[in-house]
Amino acid sequence: MDFTDEQVERYSRHIILPEVGGKGQEKLLNAKVFILGAGGLGSPALMYLAAAGVGTIGVADADVVDLSNLQRQIIHNNSRIGQAKVESAKQTINEMNPDVKVNAINERLTVDNIREVLRDYDVLLDGSDNFPTRFLMNDAAYFENKPLISGSMFRFEGQVATFKGNEGLPCYRCLYPEPPPKGMVPSCGEAGVLGALAGVIGVLQAVEAIKEILSIGDSLAGQLLIFDSLKMVFRKVRVMKDPECALCSPTATIKELTAYEEAVCDLRF
Amino acid sequence: MAITVRIPTPLRKITGGSDEVAIEGSNVSEVLAALEAAHPGIKERICEDNGNLRKFVNLYVNDEDIRFKDNLETTLKEGDELSIVPAIAGG
Repeated sequence: MDFTDEQVERYSRHIILPEVGGKGQEKLLNAKVFILGAGGLGSPALMYLAAAGVGTIGVADADVVDLSNLQRQIIHNNSRIGQAKVESAKQTINEMNPDVKVNAINERLTVDNIREVLRDYDVLLDGSDNFPTRFLMNDAAYFENKPLISGSMFRFEGQVATFKGNEGLPCYRCLYPEPPPKGMVPSCGEAGVLGALAGVIGVLQAVEAIKEILSIGDSLAGQLLIFDSLKMVFRKVRVMKDPECALCSPTATIKELTAYEEAVCDLRF
Repeated sequence: MAITVRIPTPLRKITGGSDEVAIEGSNVSEVLAALEAAHPGIKERICEDNGNLRKFVNLYVNDEDIRFKDNLETTLKEGDELSIVPAIAGG
């Protein structure tokens, strides 16, 4: 692939890194990354992946931009309130880097459409805001043989992990076998979240995605990174492949996608 | 034998805001019982009524998941850290 003069300049700080180089930048430009959610985590992840020159970025979200989103969802702004989040995200990316093709999917992903949507991409990021969607995304990623980089957050704490159940490594269900029952656990933005924490976690997902595309460094597959922003401590714990995982073990019982009921927002936990 | 128990953000309301507490016990089960005695209400967030771990909460001894060791019978030694890590879903 021949870079234009503008591309050589735009990506010069990547190209001079021996671990990236022209070949790596070409990989990025040819890569297809999908991000579920154009919210707190999706915003920074989308922006850094776009700036990095990831050539095709898919983003799905059914919501519109709300004033209360702007404390953390930095890909949107005041003038976009009421617009579809994916269209707002697309506009920001188009203004940032014309090399990026954005597939804006303004709908809710379900058992019926998610696999078809994911099929076109190389690397998947989960920035969704509820458990049913996280389990659906994990299962769909496994069935479609795609690596999944998952980020989540609550108040002052965040978690990041990479799941490759299809490559003999753990999946999300190996880490957390089942979603919490209704009303048991926090999953709603209404519980509050430190806005800048979304930047930390979403950008870590972008870093992990870029490393995955470039095949450099150590992946978070098989590990869970936990960030406590109040204590300013990062910790990693080991994630084991569950030999009895309902999805990715030899004795798997889940053979097709199933939907979990949407948990009711409950601040009790 | 003092074990350091790391409390995740969602459970700190029960520990009066503390992010870690020192608890005596020689295995995970004993530590959870002592933790409940010190901070009533915390165990039901971690364990089901039948005593088993909830399926969206993990306990790590240092960086190892107890589900892949001896579960609640996993032995602990002086200076070990027991981390409570619940699934979180905000995005």
